[in-house]
Amino acid sequence: MSAPSHWLDEPRNVKRLWRGFLALLALTVAAELAVALHPHFAIEALFGFNALYGFGACAVMIIAAKGIGLLLKRRDSYYEADDE
Amino acid sequence: MSSGIAFHPGLVLILGALALPFLRGIARNVAVMLFPLAAMLLLWQLPESVVWQCQWLGYAIQPLAVDRLSRLFATIFILMAFGGGVYALGQPSRMELPAAFAYAGSAIGVTLAGDLITVFVFWEMMAVGSTLVIWSAGTKPAYAASLRYVMIHLLGGMILFAGIAGHLAGGGDAAFGRMATDSVSHWLILIGFLINAGAPPLSAWLPDAYPEASWSGTVFLSAFTTKAAVYVLLRGFPGTEVLIWVGLFMAFYGIVYALLENDVRRILAYSIVNQVGFMVAGIGIGTEMALNGAAAHAFAHIIYKALLLMSAGAVLHATGRRKCSELGGLFHSMPLTTICGSIGALAISAFPLTSGFVSKSMITQAASVGHMLTVWLLLGAASAGVFLHAGIKFPWFVFFQKDSGLRPADPPSSMRWAMILFSFLCIALGVWPEPLYRMLPYPVQYEAYTAAHVLSQIQLLLFSGLALFIMLRWLQRTPTITLDVDWLWRVLLPALARRIGAALAVLQKHLVGMGGGVAKSVTASVTCGRAQQGMLVRTWSTRGMAMWVMVMLAAYLVIYYAR
Repeated sequence: MSAPSHWLDEPRNVKRLWRGFLALLALTVAAELAVALHPHFAIEALFGFNALYGFGACAVMIIAAKGIGLLLKRRDSYYEADDE
Repeated sequence: MSSGIAFHPGLVLILGALALPFLRGIARNVAVMLFPLAAMLLLWQLPESVVWQCQWLGYAIQPLAVDRLSRLFATIFILMAFGGGVYALGQPSRMELPAAFAYAGSAIGVTLAGDLITVFVFWEMMAVGSTLVIWSAGTKPAYAASLRYVMIHLLGGMILFAGIAGHLAGGGDAAFGRMATDSVSHWLILIGFLINAGAPPLSAWLPDAYPEASWSGTVFLSAFTTKAAVYVLLRGFPGTEVLIWVGLFMAFYGIVYALLENDVRRILAYSIVNQVGFMVAGIGIGTEMALNGAAAHAFAHIIYKALLLMSAGAVLHATGRRKCSELGGLFHSMPLTTICGSIGALAISAFPLTSGFVSKSMITQAASVGHMLTVWLLLGAASAGVFLHAGIKFPWFVFFQKDSGLRPADPPSSMRWAMILFSFLCIALGVWPEPLYRMLPYPVQYEAYTAAHVLSQIQLLLFSGLALFIMLRWLQRTPTITLDVDWLWRVLLPALARRIGAALAVLQKHLVGMGGGVAKSVTASVTCGRAQQGMLVRTWSTRGMAMWVMVMLAAYLVIYYAR
């Protein structure tokens, strides 16, 4: 069952996907040189704003979720006694 | 009641729901597809006007009134009934499909109601229909969740009823139009609407109840209640500023809880709240572009959210599992489900060429055009967050990540076709948005596919993806849940009730003890007085009596003069 049977199971291919992804990221930022973005706000005019903002916002949300999780996480059997 | 051929499309589904239990086999399957088609045909033949009206208790009732906004929502509800019906053809529960059709018909009834009284009647029918859908799962947790669910919705219905009654008693018109938040009754109506939208503070009813329905039941549930609430907010409270902040709160609440969640269907339930948050925020912004965006987003959302839940339902149907920590690697044996689920994930993330892109970008664009920097930034962050929790997390943990060793097959053909249909719609609307734009309530002056829009959205999403994969270790799934406000009515209130009950029991014991003592002494004194030779029983001498009467009369005389 666990024998690699699909091209996605090959670590080599996963590495290739990663490289492709990183190249794509670089490409989208570089494309800003060619495309006029018509910013509405001053902050939007910064080079690579959407890239930075997307990355930063997600990092903040993951950390915030982790913090809330520290307080509010429970075993998933937590409510089971009540549902009887 | 006028107009010969005009018939209510919602009633077609409700009457169809009554007929379905008597049909079997192919007749039933054909009927499941035919009823929504008939409803769609009727809907598009109705003129844009008040079609049915009557007087009731002095109020003008309009059970069937059509305009662009109501037709848009009725269309997507009927489409959903069709797609969901096909998906659920193989559902063994004989109650679920009829309940779902009655539920869908009631939601259509809300959208085609021209007055608040009709809205309320269909609103409550929706609560009943959806509760029956949850019951159809037939499990103990589903039953318990349905009771909590119906409790919240009856509360919401009561608040809505109080608001409507106050509105009418204050001399208001029964007609359902735009309302200002200028009176207690209008606030009550707004709160009643928001409860069904999954707004705080009661939002937990949604992720609590929806995932407990059957593999097909959740698909229906995801569509109607919250989007009917979006519809009534669009009609009743456009441009109400507080909705911007309520909507943004919902968007982030949905993301954070979905990131923490382990149950696949609860991730998607939290993501409903997140998506409805975008719509509510758009309604709060209130410009024509924002309202168009909210309406278009509701339309697109129903399709891709149903698609996501169909793929999750296919996994549940095949494996009986719904926890990320027990799934993974399913792309090996469920290629079609993987592809359809991924299309839904891309659409909800608003990737270019999918339906989410052409609808959600209208809302962010409206914030941008209105120079609302904070709102625009928060909407952008929330868009990135959608990609995190629904766009990548859902397909990644279910279909990829580490191999769970499970090799279930793709689902039966009825489920496959429903997923293919909705995947097609997700992409078709994204590639060719004009038909959707033409149905929107206001004329659309918006071009989704400019190089700037596409590039900035792709940047935002891809770098969000980078953040997720870099921080993936932080998101490893654990068999946990995260406490939500439903903790209040699942743990705190019952505990309080038990505590108060115990205190009352002690009090009762004391009172009985004390009461027993008092009763005993009263009995003793009574017995004492009445016993032989007791004060009240013994015979008095005539002389003594005459003397006491004289004393009393004298006392009376003294009091009389002293007064």
